[in-house]
Amino acid sequence: MAEKLDLNLIRKDFPILDQQVNGSPLVYFDNAATTQKPHVVIDALHRYYTQDNANIHRGLHTLAERATTGYELTRTKLKDFLHAPSTDQIIFTSGTTAGINLVAQTYGRANFRAGDVILVSNLEHHSNIVPWQMIAEETGAAVQVIPVDELGVLDMVAYQSLLTDRVKLVAVNHVSNAIGTINPIKQMIDMAHRVGAKILIDGAQSVAHFDIDVQDLGMDFFVFSAHKLFGPTGVGVLYGKRELLESMPPYQGGGEMIKEVSFSGTTYNELPYKFEAGTPNIADVYAFGFALDYLASLPQNAVWEQEKALLDYATEQLSQIDGLRIVGQAPEKIAVVSFVIEGVHPQDIGVLLDKFGVAIRTGHHCAQPLMARYDLVGTCRASFAFYNTKEEIDLFVKALKRCLMMLS
Amino acid sequence: MSTINHTQDELIDEFGLFEDWADKYEYLIDLGKKLLPMSESFKTEENVIKGCQSKVWLHAEKQGDLVVFQADSEAIIVKGMISMLIRVLSNHTPEEIMKADLYFIDQIGMSQHLAQTRSNGLVAMVKQMKNYALAFNALS
Ligand SMILES: Cc1ncc(COP(=O)(O)O)c(C=O)c1O
Repeated sequence: MAEKLDLNLIRKDFPILDQQVNGSPLVYFDNAATTQKPHVVIDALHRYYTQDNANIHRGLHTLAERATTGYELTRTKLKDFLHAPSTDQIIFTSGTTAGINLVAQTYGRANFRAGDVILVSNLEHHSNIVPWQMIAEETGAAVQVIPVDELGVLDMVAYQSLLTDRVKLVAVNHVSNAIGTINPIKQMIDMAHRVGAKILIDGAQSVAHFDIDVQDLGMDFFVFSAHKLFGPTGVGVLYGKRELLESMPPYQGGGEMIKEVSFSGTTYNELPYKFEAGTPNIADVYAFGFALDYLASLPQNAVWEQEKALLDYATEQLSQIDGLRIVGQAPEKIAVVSFVIEGVHPQDIGVLLDKFGVAIRTGHHCAQPLMARYDLVGTCRASFAFYNTKEEIDLFVKALKRCLMMLS
Repeated sequence: MSTINHTQDELIDEFGLFEDWADKYEYLIDLGKKLLPMSESFKTEENVIKGCQSKVWLHAEKQGDLVVFQADSEAIIVKGMISMLIRVLSNHTPEEIMKADLYFIDQIGMSQHLAQTRSNGLVAMVKQMKNYALAFNALS
């Protein structure tokens, strides 16, 4: 039998969880928006600014050396975390959104032509739609959409038929932020490659829940945000296949990304620095490394078990509420429950739950095309992390029932 | 005819009766439910004020010297807020509306709903009510 998580101990690692909000103990169920940070991350930020702060890669002094080592150490940890072949293929960005825009503006601009197709899915976050629409508009390529069924599962037959040789790139999320569906990315990657298309996987919602092996999965690009993985805001990661990253033109110009600059011409630095113009977010990258260490110190199976238990329990408890319908009932889901209640606007539920100290997310979850697909103005979304408890679900369900009484 | 500030003070007194937030919100929800229905013909695209999560519709017309507002929302708590704003601002002259300082919202502890600028369209609604007053004033 696998180890179980000691939640009392784990919750102590996340100081923010222990507080009262509007007079009730905080119940934080908005982990898909951003996760909370363990002590080790907060301490690392403090330590960096009290002991090590300097600009990296250019100074010869001791602090510059320490800061550079700390920053680069996180890159090495990420190489292991993603099972990437080398640190050169780990590029720091400011987040998932920035990573997708980088690929659209460099790879996309260099490779898309009029008549080409970029395939996205109906499940995408706006971040994985709009950058493609922008580059499509510039290049004359078209954005086409893989449909999703009633349960929230992508239609793989439609995907197969959309995959013509005009498709240059497929951009899909690993996990849907709005309804939690886990997409069969291994299969989708293989299918894209069979017609010669490249594929970008938006891992914003998956990195906190799965072990990702980019070499085994074989995607061309993988992007995610540190803040959804218990790390600081303002840091993201772009992994790419070496030959693609090398062939891509730089994104932004400036310091760090150059080899030599003269007015007769400039040569660019090697990977990964070619894509890291300017002073990066050193402190947060450094602190992010500690989030990765923290995760590695947890028994992975026990984390999965805990998340699965939370999902099952929340689904069971919520299903008993009259008029409540769970939106997104894919057989493969992460610990996210999106729901609507007949006759009640999601915003009213969000406002009142907050008064009970319960933080959930309401609205369209930056996935308006998905809401339109289900003819909804929005949903209420409770999203869990391993530090959440069944007792919190009880508090949430009790508060939700009170809200519904108030609204009826 | 009571003044804008008189109505605001009445609302502050009414809310002063409640001990806890739940009673306050139940009252607000009740106000939302009792909001006079807006005629469907005014629920046009032009009258929509889009919040990120819920829509507000606002219609204004001049009746004699006074501006009369009608409004609606998809969300009931926002409707409660609308009901109070209409009670305070409707049936006043453009000049009175333009000058109004809406202090009651803060005093009844509901400023949170005006802080959520993007989510519910209420801030934009207040601005729009004043814009109508400004426009009617310029016409007269
Ligand atoms: C699936 C998905 N993609 C992209 C993003 C955008 O991430 P960020 O805002 O960190 O760039 C999010 C965040 O909500 C997401 O859930």
